Amino acid sequence: MTILRRTLLAGAAAVTALGMATAAGAQDDKTKVGFVFVGPVGDGGWTYEHNQGRLAVEEEFGDQVETVFVENVAEGPDSERVMTQMALNGADLIFTTSFGYMDPTINVAKKFPDVKFEHATGYKTAENVSTYSARFYEGRAIQGLIAGSMTESNIIGYIGSFPIPEVIRGINSAYIQAKKVNPDVQFKIVWVYTWFDPAKEADAAKVLIEQGADVVLQHTDSTAPQAAAQTAGGVYTFGQASDMYEYAPEPRISSIIDNWAPYYIERTKAVMDGTWESVSRWDGIAEGMVGIGEITSAVPDDVKAAALEMKDKIASGEMHPFTGPLKKQDGSDWLAEGETADDGTLAGMNFYVEGIEGEIPQ
Amino acid sequence: MIVLEKRPQASQLWSLATPVVAVLATMVFGGLLFALLGTQPVEAIRTIFWDPLFGEFAFYYRPQLLVKGAPLVLIAIGLSLGFKAGIWNIGAEGQYIIGALTGAGVGLAFYPLEAWYIFPLMVIAGALGGWAWAMIPGVLKVRFGTNEILVSLMLVYVAEQLLASMSLGLLKNPQGFGFPGSRNLNEYESANSWINQNAGLHWGVVAATIAVIFAYVLLNRHMLGFHIRLTGDAPRAARFAGVSPGRLVLFCLGTSGMLAGLAGLFEVAGPAGQVSIDFNTGYGFTAIIVAFLGRLHPIGILLAGLLMALTYIGGEIAQSQMGLPAAAIQVFQGMLLFFLLALDLLTNYRIRLKSREVA
Repeated sequence: MTILRRTLLAGAAAVTALGMATAAGAQDDKTKVGFVFVGPVGDGGWTYEHNQGRLAVEEEFGDQVETVFVENVAEGPDSERVMTQMALNGADLIFTTSFGYMDPTINVAKKFPDVKFEHATGYKTAENVSTYSARFYEGRAIQGLIAGSMTESNIIGYIGSFPIPEVIRGINSAYIQAKKVNPDVQFKIVWVYTWFDPAKEADAAKVLIEQGADVVLQHTDSTAPQAAAQTAGGVYTFGQASDMYEYAPEPRISSIIDNWAPYYIERTKAVMDGTWESVSRWDGIAEGMVGIGEITSAVPDDVKAAALEMKDKIASGEMHPFTGPLKKQDGSDWLAEGETADDGTLAGMNFYVEGIEGEIPQ
Repeated sequence: MIVLEKRPQASQLWSLATPVVAVLATMVFGGLLFALLGTQPVEAIRTIFWDPLFGEFAFYYRPQLLVKGAPLVLIAIGLSLGFKAGIWNIGAEGQYIIGALTGAGVGLAFYPLEAWYIFPLMVIAGALGGWAWAMIPGVLKVRFGTNEILVSLMLVYVAEQLLASMSLGLLKNPQGFGFPGSRNLNEYESANSWINQNAGLHWGVVAATIAVIFAYVLLNRHMLGFHIRLTGDAPRAARFAGVSPGRLVLFCLGTSGMLAGLAGLFEVAGPAGQVSIDFNTGYGFTAIIVAFLGRLHPIGILLAGLLMALTYIGGEIAQSQMGLPAAAIQVFQGMLLFFLLALDLLTNYRIRLKSREVA
């Protein structure tokens, strides 16, 4: 150990030294798990739930683990430095919890072959890099059903973060089910280009409400749209990533809850046991990674029953949110009668389904 | 009663002492803040200021100081020229984005050709892009007397929209599975600004060093530099000395825009690697703090840029090692600017204790 330290201090050949540093770090008996967060842990949404997962890991393993985290990490070179710093300080497993951390995660993983990395929502893997994400679109389908039934103006507002496949998938999934229960329904989509910015999210919600939307769906992480809907009155919303139950029974009438705890515990255990392998995990309602928050009393009983039935059917595999016949926005055929979308198409989805107005920003 | 009395001449001593005192005051009050949050204040301060330089893993953090500091210094040097003359370019962030877009755009246009001339062309394109973006508030000010503060700031938001549009459209990686963001320039040999990645050396570090020397010579040995300083200190006298205010506005905005554009280009072709929606992380705004922290003096800016980089890197270590919240680190950095501006008062004023006179 001391010899290693000295080599490190000499500072020559930094890359090889990086690798050795981890070897040294791995020798202590506690398993060290690092988390890189894109927002603040108090965002009440995305990062909040990842942090809940971190706390669950601590609770599960007690003294056997040590967790560390850095919040508000910008995507790009800053995140690369934060990951390197965690690896240098002996992390055995690092969860990087935003799409924009993809290339930095791969870069850092190359330098630390003994450290395991888990990147959320990306598509690049390596021997020591896994990816994981949740099938949020399953929850979106249920939201679409409730939203389509609840709207009276037939205008549903949608706050999009970035026009990436994950978000577009959610819009399509919600639209398909909303259209089924309400053929007159129309989606208005606003792109805010941020995952977390309460001011921008609130502005977007206000714009949508002014344009007549009486249900607002969000794919951003703060509770600002909920607050805006509450102020406006007569507008329904859904909790995003987290339950956001403080806005129930209305405007918040249900929610999609990300539940990362089981996955984080499972992967930490795998590192402890030495059985960790690179995987691409995509779990949904069935596995419990996607939860549906309580449907409140503001929703009529029959709508609630239909929503819960859909949830059960998705969980059992009886129903797939993307089932044909479905056409793309331009009118071309996508899925034939009874055909379901394959994961590859879903993962890279960059088109709207037929009926959605507007264009995906290019 | 305490009164402020204007000094007949700005105090040379305080002008040099305020940055140091501001840093010390930040340490003291930041330490208090950390103590209130339940962490060991001395250890936190040590983690932020000492560990990146002399801690166990300093071999990694020291090069990172260059990576983080270079764009700050490069942009701040450009801004300081204008600030000295009372020309306020607040939109360096936008010029930084545009420089990255034009520079990366030229590089990506050549993909996958490998040739020695690609990177120099990218550098020229990046400089021109930043320059042109800064010329908008410049020309508007000279022609129509608009306020350059507002125009340059608003153009930041325009630039951000352009950045999003480019990441999703024109510059999107055709092999990126529909995800936004350009090809990674780090995987494209000819369009890469790294010299030695392990040493934290990329061409932006070289450019920042050259900019410091260039600005020093300009301000101290050159007529134009004299005009800049004169305009800031005594605009009327400058007019009599034959300084053309319009040309000075264009020069100062153009130069700062060019340097910000270069910073963007070096960043996108090096540490960041790709054009993405979240490419800009506020260097253009932080550089304003750096310029003032460095007393608008080239050498001062160099030191201030490294100091800011240190608080960023040390702040991240403090977060993950000691569990300090990110907000506490940001408050800490904010304190630095606050104390600097507050103490700045002492350069031009002195504090006197006076007994209340009977009316």
